[in-house]
Amino acid sequence: MTGLLTIFAVILLGIAIWQLVKIYDLSHAKADNTQVATEKDNHINGLLMMAFLVFLHGFTIYSMFKWGDVLLPESASAHGKDVDQLMLITFVVIFIVQAITQALLHYFAYKYKGEEGKKALFYADNDRLEFIWTIIPVITLAGLIIYGLWTWTNIMKINENDDPIFVEIYAQQFNWKVRYAGADNTLGLANVRYVEGANVMGADMSDPNAHDDIVSTQELRLPKGRKIIFKMRSQDVLHSAFMPFFRAQMNTVPGMVTQFSFTPDKTTEEARQSLEIIEKVATINKIRTEKNIQLQAEGKETLDPYKFDYLLLCNKICGASHYNMQLKIVVDTEEGFNQWLSEQKTLAEVLQ
Amino acid sequence: MSASTQASDHTHDHDHGHHHKETFITKYIFSQDHKMISKQYLITGIFMGIIGVAMSMLFRLQLAWPEEKFKVFEIFLGKWAPEGVMDPNIYLALVTIHGTIMVFFVLTAGLSGTFSNLLIPLQIGARDMASGFLNMISYWLFFLSSVIMVLSLFVEAGPAAAGWTIYPPLSALPQAMPGSGAGMTLWLVSMAIFIASSLLGSLNYIATVLNLRTKGMSMTRLPLTIWAFFITAIIGVVSFPVLLSAALMLIMDRSFGTSFFLSDIFIQGEVLHYQGGSPVLFEHLFWFLGHPEVYIVILPAMGIVSEVLATGARKPIFGYRAMIASILAIAFLSTIVWGHHMFVSGMNPFLGSVFTFTTLLIAIPSAIKAFNWITTLWKGNLQLNPAMLFSIGFVSTFISGGLTGIILGDSTLDINVHDTYFVVAHFHLVMGVSAIYGMFAGVYHWFPKMFGRMMNKNLGYIHFWVTAVCAYGVFLPMHFIGMAGLPRRYYTNTAFPYFDDLANINVIITVFALIGGAVQLVFIYNFFSSIFYGKKAVQNPWRSNTMEWTTPVEHIHGNWPGEIPHVHRWAYDYSKPGAADDFIPQTIPMKKGETEH
Repeated sequence: MTGLLTIFAVILLGIAIWQLVKIYDLSHAKADNTQVATEKDNHINGLLMMAFLVFLHGFTIYSMFKWGDVLLPESASAHGKDVDQLMLITFVVIFIVQAITQALLHYFAYKYKGEEGKKALFYADNDRLEFIWTIIPVITLAGLIIYGLWTWTNIMKINENDDPIFVEIYAQQFNWKVRYAGADNTLGLANVRYVEGANVMGADMSDPNAHDDIVSTQELRLPKGRKIIFKMRSQDVLHSAFMPFFRAQMNTVPGMVTQFSFTPDKTTEEARQSLEIIEKVATINKIRTEKNIQLQAEGKETLDPYKFDYLLLCNKICGASHYNMQLKIVVDTEEGFNQWLSEQKTLAEVLQ
Repeated sequence: MSASTQASDHTHDHDHGHHHKETFITKYIFSQDHKMISKQYLITGIFMGIIGVAMSMLFRLQLAWPEEKFKVFEIFLGKWAPEGVMDPNIYLALVTIHGTIMVFFVLTAGLSGTFSNLLIPLQIGARDMASGFLNMISYWLFFLSSVIMVLSLFVEAGPAAAGWTIYPPLSALPQAMPGSGAGMTLWLVSMAIFIASSLLGSLNYIATVLNLRTKGMSMTRLPLTIWAFFITAIIGVVSFPVLLSAALMLIMDRSFGTSFFLSDIFIQGEVLHYQGGSPVLFEHLFWFLGHPEVYIVILPAMGIVSEVLATGARKPIFGYRAMIASILAIAFLSTIVWGHHMFVSGMNPFLGSVFTFTTLLIAIPSAIKAFNWITTLWKGNLQLNPAMLFSIGFVSTFISGGLTGIILGDSTLDINVHDTYFVVAHFHLVMGVSAIYGMFAGVYHWFPKMFGRMMNKNLGYIHFWVTAVCAYGVFLPMHFIGMAGLPRRYYTNTAFPYFDDLANINVIITVFALIGGAVQLVFIYNFFSSIFYGKKAVQNPWRSNTMEWTTPVEHIHGNWPGEIPHVHRWAYDYSKPGAADDFIPQTIPMKKGETEH
């Protein structure tokens, strides 16, 4: 009710102002220039331009201090270091350009604010100046493009002779499943037309390569230091396998197999020991503890303390539960991984 | 309409001088006068804008306080927000329709439709558009598509919710989400009509600029506004038909069982018959329009800003020819960069390399434009009217948003920020906020031309400064959320404890968004009240050089009472040495010994 009353009050206030303006205006019907900026307007707005510059740069710096720690932790994959390096260089370039151009723009707006009797400089062209600020972006961008393309090619070059492990990531509304290639390190053929009962990923059991494949629906477990080639499929709509801690992402597309590859270089345990993650987890648990006090007071179930895990998230809009389509990723030592894998049932065993 | 319209000009073929009686319907509704049509576009655009912005307020509330119940959800969303808890499907519908409305209905039709219509005939010295009739049809198709889009909000299963990019199979299968039923059908029908409207408009703009320029108005004397509208129309004609074909193919997949975009689908326990199609094909077709579309949105804003900055600075626009060249370069490049939306779509990585290269090239003409705008201010005599403030604001947000494009356009870096809030922050600054600023600058600047009255400047100042602070308040922190790895289009991030520490940033963003949204009411009030009660405008309030200010304040059919004036100089003779005034309209002949800039 109070909400409605407030709305009414605001509307009435609006009408009152409207009427006042109307009365005022009817008494000044002749055309005039009172709504054109005066010297005083120029002065005030010029000063505000400088204030805005302080706000813009101040807010940027404040944000970096205040929210610097929400950014993703150090990459947990081999190629991720190159991505982060390039990101850092690009950001340095961006910050320099942003700082200078915004400063000039707002400073000029203040410095050259209009005054009576002053005349602007008639300055229409300067070929040399324009050449300079064409060539500087050209050189800078050429550097960034070459560096970027070199890194991109390295990341996307999928060489099957690198002794990789083949893992299939399978998406459906709204969960992820994983299939390991098994002892023969070859994924059996598959198609959604074979999906039936326990054969949730549609493996073609007439293909002998499929028999030793291993399906996991609870986690994506990976060995540290081994190249993984992910083959990705989707059974219904587009999804995107986003693994931000590994700087990895690829869409999963129904009717086609997409691929991405990386080498994890930090186990889940190692990540949990790192200072960055320890601090992050502490912050999050502090927030959760505060929330729990409130939840307890309301007699609701409390939140569990948070423990860090790598994540696989869906990053392509896929329907109502898109926001909760996730899978835990566990990076283990190679021995631990092999041990775990040997404890899983093969497809042949599951489908018997 | 008065005696002043007596035709003394025998060269034109309009019958404006003969006082054929205009009824209410031919004057205000089915008008063929470009000035009236531009007002129709603007007011329809503002109305759609109110809907689009209101939707963003609703989902910002949801994102900041995902666990709260809001009465306002129940009021606006009814059965989709039982007891004030928003349904995830309607969240997706809100972001989808918000995007669609803002990109197409506000920033394409509302911006380009308004100002191309108003300014092309007036600034080139023409009586009207090449075809007034097609122009009228163009507006009414736009109106029809707006009505259908708004009606789609009231469909039983909810409006389209597959994102404004409507990627199939999600948009093709009602089994995949409720919004992909009748809501999606209406979306597609609405867009097909919209595209027809846009094409008719664009063809008209191109024909008018090429054929109807007054004597002396060579292409290199055109104001930059006209160059921008002209090139925008060409991009539209090249790219919009491709979206139409994509929409038609999607309609066929949905309704007639074809398999253009669908293959091997198992959903809700059954295998569908589709075989051999590919969603990636749709992505190519969509972005073949979708990327040029952002330039269709931003180029007219750039044109308006160039014009307003020069007039406001009382200086020639710096590097006029470089500005034209960069518009042309941007237009050309814009049609060969669409793949940067698809680096991780599964397309060949080598194609990714090509698109990285072409995409980063666009930064060069963009940088030239930004530097030239800044230099235009240097040693000017800046008249800081609201339109000027919005133009300076445009340059600021265009730079801030454009720079992060260097990250997103680089395939390597895109891997990890693709589809996160980093993208949302980037494109809102560079083509959302910037284009809206361009539109506001245009409205404040040409309001006296459109309505014969002035908008209140003090309300304009309040509008600008609060908006400017809020725009950065919303979108600067959003970069951090994206860099933290949070995907966009998440109904809530409470499903991931890892993102718990982003909650307070989301609250800050929402607070800025609500204030920024509310202050637009000041603009709405100023706009509508000024139409009726604003101060009467003088003929040339900003002391501008361009031709529209040589027409009488009262609108007449045919624009100029007598002969159409001839043009003798470019549009930017501001503060020219040796001149008495700090402006020389284009219609003033050269003095003896005077050289053209």
